[in-house]
Amino acid sequence: MNYVIVGNSVAAVGAIRAIRQRDQQGTITVISRERHTAYGRPLISYLLGGLINEKRMAYLPDDFYATQRVNLLLNAEVTAVDSAAKMVVLATGDTIPYDRLLLATGGDPFVPPIEGMADKDRIFTFTTWDDAAKLKGIAPDIERAVVIGGGLIGLKAAEGLNLIDKAVTVVELADRVLSSAFDRPAGKIVARKMKANGIDVITEDTVVRIEGDGAAITGVTLKSGDFIPCDTVVVAIGVRPATGFLKGSGIEVNRGIVVDNTMQTSVPHVYAAGDVTEAADFFSDQKNPMPIWPDAYIQGDVAGAAMAGECKEYRGGLAMNSIEFFKVSTISMGITNPRDVADYEIHAFQDIQNYQYRKIVLQDNRLVGAVLVGNVDRAGIFSGLIREKIDMAPFKEQLLLPEFGFVNLSREIRDRLFGPRGKAAAAPAVTFAH
Amino acid sequence: MKRIYTLEDACIGCHLCEIGCITEHSLSKDPVKAFLHEPERPIARCTVEELDGGVISLSTTCRHCDEPDCLRACISGAIQKNAAGVVRIDIEQCVGCWSCVMACPYGAIQRNLKRKKANKCDLCPDRATPACVDACPNRALVYREGNQ
Repeated sequence: MNYVIVGNSVAAVGAIRAIRQRDQQGTITVISRERHTAYGRPLISYLLGGLINEKRMAYLPDDFYATQRVNLLLNAEVTAVDSAAKMVVLATGDTIPYDRLLLATGGDPFVPPIEGMADKDRIFTFTTWDDAAKLKGIAPDIERAVVIGGGLIGLKAAEGLNLIDKAVTVVELADRVLSSAFDRPAGKIVARKMKANGIDVITEDTVVRIEGDGAAITGVTLKSGDFIPCDTVVVAIGVRPATGFLKGSGIEVNRGIVVDNTMQTSVPHVYAAGDVTEAADFFSDQKNPMPIWPDAYIQGDVAGAAMAGECKEYRGGLAMNSIEFFKVSTISMGITNPRDVADYEIHAFQDIQNYQYRKIVLQDNRLVGAVLVGNVDRAGIFSGLIREKIDMAPFKEQLLLPEFGFVNLSREIRDRLFGPRGKAAAAPAVTFAH
Repeated sequence: MKRIYTLEDACIGCHLCEIGCITEHSLSKDPVKAFLHEPERPIARCTVEELDGGVISLSTTCRHCDEPDCLRACISGAIQKNAAGVVRIDIEQCVGCWSCVMACPYGAIQRNLKRKKANKCDLCPDRATPACVDACPNRALVYREGNQ
């Protein structure tokens, strides 16, 4: 069997391991447009901020590609997929045939057209190691930066720049930062911490023009009319599934590559995993892109198993993020800010002065979401309860206790998790013929 | 693989598993020195939970999962599962992002806030039986072959 994987981040790694667990003989070729072997992509803000060195960017042990017998093609861009001929086409014109193909190209940063941006030098995005390296490279010349976008990527970029003593202003269109992952109080705590560390956070406003002299930036003008002087702009509005190379391939792309619950695309023998996909949501089963690191690994694992002939069902994407801002820990998971509040039961505790917040979201007595700020210890217990869809009716009064644990749940649950029988052995995997 | 299991009815809530764990992961491997004289006291990798003053108690620890959620969530690649099945953290590589804490459904990963490193059970590589199991006076912890 000839496996070809386009992309080389966490979804690809999950797939490589899943394939090799089942098929020692097949050839695996990984094609990446980047020049690095797999790296911890979320670590780029740590690298920018000087918290880690380049050596620690490596996501895998040095011998990973050799021991897994992966043929790794770096600096190679796939420009087309010919699913009729079962091959991919590289920018060089070379073609690589496949029996099973995985598309794991991730996301591309979205950069909207902004007046005055065309001829400017110092406009950056912040999603790759090279993005961070470029920013770090010119760091001695940066005095003031503006980050457009107050989501996770924007705030981490701002924190990285702040850590190397740059003046930073974050401009966010919504009325608060982190509006997609967090609710209002949690966003407020983070914004407060950012401001306390000297980062300006401007909400309900946006950059309408980048001002400057030739290639040099002198500042940005906001919709409100305010002018913020700066010499560098980071655009962190969001990422979009990187599907441009699939035009004309016959592979169904909506907002992302549409996949079924084995991660197969609309074209047989072609799979997709990670940020590039539009897979089922854990709660609604509706398909939408969800750029979440652990989920990308799980999708890669499911895809790799399917490519090697074993059907392993994807249980749906559960959004979760664990991010620290200036040493304040935050973890959010599932539905954190439901629109139709009447359908949910919400319990919350907040002590904003001390950067502490805890919120639990239930629906029909099932835990569906949680936000923890400050004390995030054992947050994973909540993610387990969400995934297992445990009936929380008898336990929900205890959920906000700081020491909440398994003793607050039933004996049956404790025995299943920690007792000598272990979890009942999983149903045998279904194998299907190619 | 061999795993640590908990017999809840036998647990007396004495926390000796935690003390055994702390001692084993100290520099001296001596309980008194570990608790009183070493520059930094390790954090127990097992957690004794108690309710109603010990009417219910049990020791919880890492299951060394077949498909570890912590490993899948780890953004730095610090968490790896070795050939023997032991899920371990490379402390040098860990950046203290707590993604593993977010993902572990057993609540089995601790935060070392001082060092900003995750902390978890390593099944005591220098011992035949993990220290927590040996420390338990009522055999409420057993170490044997079994499912996750």
